[in-house]
Amino acid sequence: MKTAYQVLILCILFVVSWVSVVHAKLNIVATTPDLGSIVREIGKDKVEVTSIAKPTEDPHFVDAKPSFIVKLNKADMLIDGGLQLEIGWLPNLVTGARNQKILPGNPGYVVASAGVPVLELPASLDRARGDVHPLGNPHFMLDPLNGKIVATQICNRLCQIDEKNGSYYKINLKDFVARLDQKFSEWQKKTEPFHGTKIVTYHKTFPYFAKRFNLIVVGTLEPKPGIPPSPAHINQLIPMMKNEGVKLIVIEQFRERKIPEFVAEQTGAKVVILPIMVGGVKETDDYLSFFDYTINQLVSALNAKS
Amino acid sequence: MRRLRYLLVFYLFIISISYAYSETISTHDKDSQQMDCKEEQEESPEVSEEIRIRKDEFDEIVEQLQGMKALLENMKQDYEVRLNEMQEKIAVLEKERTQMEEKAFQPGIPAKVPGTGTENVRIKGEDYESVVGKLQEMETNLGNVEADYDSRLKKIEETHNANLEEMQQNVAVSPQPASPEPEKWSPAQPIALLSAGKSYMNISLDGLFAAAGSTAEDLETLEAGGHDPNQRGFTLQNLETTMDGAIDPYFKGQANIIYQIDNEGESSLEVEEAFLTSMSLPLNLQVKAGTFFTEFGRLNPVHPHAWDFADQPLVNGRFLGPDGLRNPGMRLSWLAPTSVYTELFFTIQDSQGDTAYSFRNEDALFGREATDTRVRAMEDMLYTPRITTSFDVTDETTVLFGASAAFGPNSTGKDEDTLIYGLDMFWKWKSKYAAGGFPFVTWQTEVMGRRFEAGEDINAGLSDEVMHNWGTYSQIAWGFKKRWIAGLRGDYVDGEEEAVDPLGFERWRLSPNLTFYPSEFSKIRLQYNYDDILKNDSTEHSVFLQFEFLLGSHGAHKF
Repeated sequence: MKTAYQVLILCILFVVSWVSVVHAKLNIVATTPDLGSIVREIGKDKVEVTSIAKPTEDPHFVDAKPSFIVKLNKADMLIDGGLQLEIGWLPNLVTGARNQKILPGNPGYVVASAGVPVLELPASLDRARGDVHPLGNPHFMLDPLNGKIVATQICNRLCQIDEKNGSYYKINLKDFVARLDQKFSEWQKKTEPFHGTKIVTYHKTFPYFAKRFNLIVVGTLEPKPGIPPSPAHINQLIPMMKNEGVKLIVIEQFRERKIPEFVAEQTGAKVVILPIMVGGVKETDDYLSFFDYTINQLVSALNAKS
Repeated sequence: MRRLRYLLVFYLFIISISYAYSETISTHDKDSQQMDCKEEQEESPEVSEEIRIRKDEFDEIVEQLQGMKALLENMKQDYEVRLNEMQEKIAVLEKERTQMEEKAFQPGIPAKVPGTGTENVRIKGEDYESVVGKLQEMETNLGNVEADYDSRLKKIEETHNANLEEMQQNVAVSPQPASPEPEKWSPAQPIALLSAGKSYMNISLDGLFAAAGSTAEDLETLEAGGHDPNQRGFTLQNLETTMDGAIDPYFKGQANIIYQIDNEGESSLEVEEAFLTSMSLPLNLQVKAGTFFTEFGRLNPVHPHAWDFADQPLVNGRFLGPDGLRNPGMRLSWLAPTSVYTELFFTIQDSQGDTAYSFRNEDALFGREATDTRVRAMEDMLYTPRITTSFDVTDETTVLFGASAAFGPNSTGKDEDTLIYGLDMFWKWKSKYAAGGFPFVTWQTEVMGRRFEAGEDINAGLSDEVMHNWGTYSQIAWGFKKRWIAGLRGDYVDGEEEAVDPLGFERWRLSPNLTFYPSEFSKIRLQYNYDDILKNDSTEHSVFLQFEFLLGSHGAHKF
C-alpha cells in the first residue's frame, strides 16, 4: 500500500514537472505555416510554434488529425486566419482540445484577419457561384503588408499573455517590420517594370498578392471557386487570354499541371508554380524569404517572356 | 508742474494705501478684490514708462496665458489624436500612399511665466504691450494651427475617401472592426460560434436518397440498416436538419432532426441527436449530455450522409441496431496529458428502446418474447467505455486505434445481460500536395463480438442460454483523383440462433463503389453489393445509386 502511494506521488511529481517544463516556452498553434512564421518572428526563442496545415497542401482541406487536439490542448495561443479558410477542420479540433485559453473571447484566441482589408467580400451568398467564402477571400497573407498588420496584432497579444517579455516582443516586431519594409521596397523595385501585367490564376488564391504588386488577374482556370476547370470554360478562357495578352498562368504547387500547361500552350503564356505558404519549397523558410522566392520566380518568368 | 507733482504723490499715496488695504482683504476675502482694479495710465513722462498692475490683475493675465497654452495643448492633442486615427485607418487601407510626416507641433508660447512674488508687480509699458501682443499673436497662431490641421485633415480625408472609392470599385471592404482586442464577455451577451458567420447558429439540411435494384424481392430482409435502401425503387434514406452553435462560452450545442419516409409511405420524424458539449472543463475533462450516438467503434457515431458506402455494415446493423446505438444519457471523456493523442470515454445511457437494439429492446432477440423490464438500480443502465489513440506514422500517414465495450441488461428476462465489445482501426494516407483533400487512401476495419444472455421463453419453448456472435467489416476508400473516390468493403457476420431471414443468417458481402463529388455539398454514388447468404447457399445482387445534397453550413469534418 505504502509503495503504491509513493509511486503515485512520483507519478504526480513527474507530470507536474513535465507540465512546467512544457510551459517554459509559450505553446502557440497557428492554423497555417505563414501565420506560424509571423509568430516565430515576434516570439523567437520564447515560443514553440506548431502549424496545422502543411505548407504544400490545399489549406481549405486539411485533416483534423487527433495529434493536433493534443497540441491545441497544451496551447497558450491559437492563431486562426479567421475568414473561414479553416471552417472545415478547425472547429472539431478546438472542441476536442478542451482549452479555455484558446476559445473565442480570450487573449489566447487570435483572429489574424482582424484589421486586414478584406478583398472579394461577397455581397450575397449563393453556392451556385461556387464555394465562395462568405467573409471574403482568406488568402490575405500573400500581401506582405498584411503580414505587418498580423505581426502587430500578434505582438499585442503576446504582450498581453506574457507581459514580462513584452519589450522583447516589441523589439522583435520593430525589427521585423523594419526588415519587411526594406525588403518590400526591393520587391517593389523588382516588380515595377511589370506593373499592369495580366495574369490568370487557377483558383482565386492570389488577389492580395496581385493587388500589392500591381498585377491584373483577368481570369481563373476554375470556372467557379472550388469547381475544377471544365472544357467549356477553358474554351472561353483561351481566346480571352489571347485578346488580353495574358503572359502568366500562376498556379499553386498542389494543382494538377495538365490543364494549365494545355492552356499555356494554346495561348503562349507561361505557367509559374508558386508556393502559397511559408515552407512550401525549401528556400522559403520564413515570411520574407517566401516573398523573395515568389517574386524572383515571377520576375524571372516575366523576363524570360519578354 | 508743482501741482502735478503733488497730484502724483497724492495719487501714489492713495494707490499704496488702497493696495495695502486690498492686500489685507485679499487674504480674507478674495471676491472683494474686484473693486478698484482699474489700471491707470499717467500722462506724466516719468511714469509713462512704468505700468503698475494689481497683482490679481496680473495673475489674471498670466492665467489667461496659461489657459490659452492649455487650450493650444488640448487642440494639439485633439488634432493629433484625430490625425493618428486617420493615419491608422489609412495605414490599414492603403498605407504608404499618403506619406504623413508627423511634425511635432511647437506652440509659440514662451514657457516662462513672470514670477508672482511681491505686492506690486511692475511691468514696463513695452512689456505690457508685448504681453498683449503676444496674446494676440497666440490667438492668430491658434487660428493658424486650426486652419493648418483642418486642411491637413481634409487632405487626408480626401485621399482616404479616394482610396476607399478605388477599393470599392473592385473589392469590398472588410466589415471587421479594426480593433482586434477581445471583448470581455458578459452573461447577457451570447457569442457566435468559432468561425461561424454572423448568426448564433449554423443550420443545414442534408438530403440522402437512393435508387435500388436487387435480385432479392424484399430488400428489407437483406439490408440491416434503418437508413439503408429498403426497397426496389427509391428510398428517402435520410433528410436531416442539423443545427449547431456555441451556447455560451462554456458549452456548444447540436441537434440533428431526421425526417424519413418508410416503404409504406409513412412519414416519420425523429430526434437523432440533441446534445451539449462542454468546452473548458478543468483536468482535460469533457462532458456531453443529451441524446446522442454512443461512442462505440468508429462508424456508430457517424451520420448516414457521411458514410463511405450507401448502406451500413452488417455487423453494425446486427449488434448496434438498424438505427445505430444511441439514447439519452451522458458521456464523460478525458484527454490524457500525453504527447500522443489518447482519449478515454465513458458513456451512461438509458438501456431501453429500439435504439438500444441488443439491450432492453421491445423486440427481444433470438426469438424470445420481450419481458417487462425496469431500471431497478444503476446496473440496469447502458454503460459504454471506450479508449482511442492516434499518432502520425509519417507526415502523410496517420493511424487511429480504438477499443470499446457496451454492457447492460436485455429484455429477454429479469437478469439477462448483453455485452458487446469491439476493436477498430483507421488508417489514412493523404498526399502532402493534396488539392481539395485529394488524393488519399483510407482503410477502416472494425471487429465486434457479442455475448447475449438469452432468457428462458416457455411459450416459444426456448431455454436460458448464452449466445456468442461476432462480425466484422473492412473498407478501403481511395480518392484517386480530385472529386472521385473508389471504395471496396468486405462484410462478414456469423449466424444467429432462431434466425428466420438473411438478417440473422451467416453471410458475407462484398461491396465495391464509386463516388463522385461535384462539390463538397453534393455527391453521387454507385454501389454494387454481392451478397453470399451462406446459410441458404444463395447469392443476391443489388445495385444502388445514391445521391446527396447539403444546403446551408457544412459542418467540420472529423478525422
